[in-house]
Amino acid sequence: MRTACLIGLLAPLTLTPLHAQEQRDPPWEAADGVYGPEAMREARRRVQDENGDIRYGLAMIDRLEWQDTEGDGTLVWDVQGYYGGDINKVWVKSEGDYSLTDDEVEEAEVQLLYSRAISPYFDLQTGIRQDLEPDGLSHAVLGIQGLAPYWFETDAALFLSEEGDLTGRVEAEVEWFLSQRLILQPRLEAGLSAQSIEERDVGAGLTDVSLGARLRYEVKRSFAPYVGAEWRSRFGETADLQERLGQETDEVVVVAGLRAWF
Amino acid sequence: MLNRRHFIGTAATALASQSLLPAWAQSDRQGNRGLDPLTRNQFDLTIGRTPVRIDGRAGHAVTVNDTLPAPLIRMQEGEDIVLRVTNTLDEWSSIHWHGLLVPASMDGVPGVSFPGIAPRSTFEYRFPLKQAGTYWYHSHSAFQEQLGLYGPLVIDPARAEAESYDREFVVVLSDWTFADPHRLFAQLKKMGDTLNFQKRTAADLAADARQDGLGAALGNRAMWGRMRMMPTDLADVNGAQYTYLVNGHGPDDNWTGFFEPGERVRLRIINASAMSIFNVRIPGLPMTVINAHGLDVRPVTFEEFQIGTAETYDVIVEPKDRAYRLVAASIDSSGQALATLTPRLGETAEAPPLRPRPLLTMKDMGMSGMMASDMATPAEPGMEGQGHALTYPENAEPGGAMAGMAMDHGDMTMTDHHHPMGPGVANVAMNPVSRLHEPGLGLERVPHRTLSYAQLRSLRPNTDRRPPEREVEIHLTSNMERYMWSFDGVKFSEVEDSIKFYEGERVRLTLVNDTMMPHPIHLHGMFFDLVIPDYDEGEDGERYLPGLHTILTKPGEKLSVDITPPERGDWAFHCHLLYHMHAGMMQVVSVLPRDDRPPLREIGAGPPQATHPAETPVKRDMDHGEHGGTH
Repeated sequence: MRTACLIGLLAPLTLTPLHAQEQRDPPWEAADGVYGPEAMREARRRVQDENGDIRYGLAMIDRLEWQDTEGDGTLVWDVQGYYGGDINKVWVKSEGDYSLTDDEVEEAEVQLLYSRAISPYFDLQTGIRQDLEPDGLSHAVLGIQGLAPYWFETDAALFLSEEGDLTGRVEAEVEWFLSQRLILQPRLEAGLSAQSIEERDVGAGLTDVSLGARLRYEVKRSFAPYVGAEWRSRFGETADLQERLGQETDEVVVVAGLRAWF
Repeated sequence: MLNRRHFIGTAATALASQSLLPAWAQSDRQGNRGLDPLTRNQFDLTIGRTPVRIDGRAGHAVTVNDTLPAPLIRMQEGEDIVLRVTNTLDEWSSIHWHGLLVPASMDGVPGVSFPGIAPRSTFEYRFPLKQAGTYWYHSHSAFQEQLGLYGPLVIDPARAEAESYDREFVVVLSDWTFADPHRLFAQLKKMGDTLNFQKRTAADLAADARQDGLGAALGNRAMWGRMRMMPTDLADVNGAQYTYLVNGHGPDDNWTGFFEPGERVRLRIINASAMSIFNVRIPGLPMTVINAHGLDVRPVTFEEFQIGTAETYDVIVEPKDRAYRLVAASIDSSGQALATLTPRLGETAEAPPLRPRPLLTMKDMGMSGMMASDMATPAEPGMEGQGHALTYPENAEPGGAMAGMAMDHGDMTMTDHHHPMGPGVANVAMNPVSRLHEPGLGLERVPHRTLSYAQLRSLRPNTDRRPPEREVEIHLTSNMERYMWSFDGVKFSEVEDSIKFYEGERVRLTLVNDTMMPHPIHLHGMFFDLVIPDYDEGEDGERYLPGLHTILTKPGEKLSVDITPPERGDWAFHCHLLYHMHAGMMQVVSVLPRDDRPPLREIGAGPPQATHPAETPVKRDMDHGEHGGTH
């Protein structure tokens, strides 16, 4: 039942545009008379593919960092990658954290998304998210990722879990060049929930916000260590739940990590 | 044929030890005293891979006959030419004769004019030479041109040269990278600004705030940020990756040519780079252009000029008894090619330091005359000349003007942008203007004479003075963030129909640059007459529009060229910035028989109303939220 819902969500977007059809008239054909239609058809396909239809892939470690939480701290990863052309891409994202104090993965998720450019700066993304920890739930994903005015890299997504719970997440990052290589990157992340989810200690509404700033040095454009700080807070019903459980609703952590891409 | 006016130093150039450099490209240590005037009509060219050394560092090049640049091909107008090209690579290759009027099947563009030269095979080019002048040749396959497959081509005229000279050199400008160009291209796709190490920083903000006030400085950043564009985005691949070469020599290798004081020296300057536009000067030595794109022009003298990728300019210099430094600086001032002209072995002149990098302005964004104060780029070296750009448009409030100019996008309906918008088109030029009178980015404010396209006049009168029967308008479009480049919003990979010209018709091609970058647009197989605003004919009643094969179209510019297609066939039409072409900024112009032309009303192109493009008044509703921009 849930699977059908996922497929239903994916189906309309997975229809990629059809490539040049054989039956169609060639877009130009003067040289066919000199060198033969066979040889020219093949060469035309090659030259058109070579000039405009190049595929490429990105692997991006946006954050691989140690956070100064209680005890020995926490390792956090936030990585993503894609492969495809200008319009259609397959996108993989993963994030999670690993407690050094408890020696265990506390949260971990992987997303597999089909991504389609829908405007100059934004991609529409849809697919599945599989949580590995804490509870192994599957979710359908519908999101928007791209570059907002004022250079905000944004990623906003809705998640519909197999339990029927709807949650959302918004992330935004911006880069300020202090020098050609020293870059300050403020980052905002907010969680939302359409309902309270007891198993996850989450209440309805705005659940949590983290606001941080990371100062990185680009040894190369694609390789940059950084240090930073992050303030995290829970809100609304989620904060109430936390307080009832006797946990802090606010914390500030120091972070140190690496940003790299290939 | 031996032309006596050519000074010959063949004895000195005959050193065979410099296997990586052909004689004309060798430096003073090898004794470069000028070009060998010997012409031939048969050539054997072998494409292969060769290790090279650039400024002492080892690299790998794709070469012709094991040299970088490729050998000088010198021919005589009127001859029948045979060029046997053997491809020893394991990939397809090709050679295109840039600017040569050859039959379409000999033009050398794989998939357009011929199938290409298959791996480990030989292709024979045969054509008659119908022209004279300075040209060049290069691969039209993959990134081979970036890797070294380019060389000069000189055709001596059947009649006497229009200008006399005592000695000549070819000056092949190029951009060399030790990186894999496929990798550079992929990096641009992934992060379009990744190779830019000249971004505006906090220090620039502080400097601008001191000069213009904090509000103005912040407002300016907000304006650029709102549009997700960078005023420093002048050259996608630049001096951070490139070593700029003169005749295969890096700045440290310092190519050197000898002259005798008092001689008239002809420099055949060719921009054979993959991605670079250069500002060229020889401090202390004025240059007089006598030939542009292979065709003789009326002499114009200046101290500095801009040369777009794939253009050629022949200049005459008359050096005194001292050494000079030739400087070709990348337009973003990120690096420069250097060479020496000297009367004595070992003597050279100081190389000038790089100038501060210029910034793009609202005019480059196609918003000339539309800017509120917070939108203009703060004064930067070289930018004060744009002062008129700071005036308020009528009825526009300083803050409110922007709302009407949000360049955001897909839903934009403008009467003069008929092409699809979509993810590949991030902006359109709302008010493109003629910029032919401008010398080019970074030269607006230099303290000496420059050259603009509008100053060029053909030496010989134009042969076709008919007014154009119809007009084809093409927009240069891009999305820098995704590194997508196209004509009319359609990448070459998606083209389903070519642009149609008809043999012998007089057609006007109008280019509108919707992007923030200059593009050297090249049309194969024909010269076009550049329509110069405010110029109709000379005093003798003849018209002397310059004929070009490539036109460097400035950001936010609208310009027109008139063409009489001489030869049937399919001709490549593309931006000569190699990575832009690979991203999709390419099309094909099919020249069909005159009789095949449908009635003009059917092909949607009435006769152009204005003789001079881009002079039509701008009517614009500046109300908030309106995009209405009509011409």
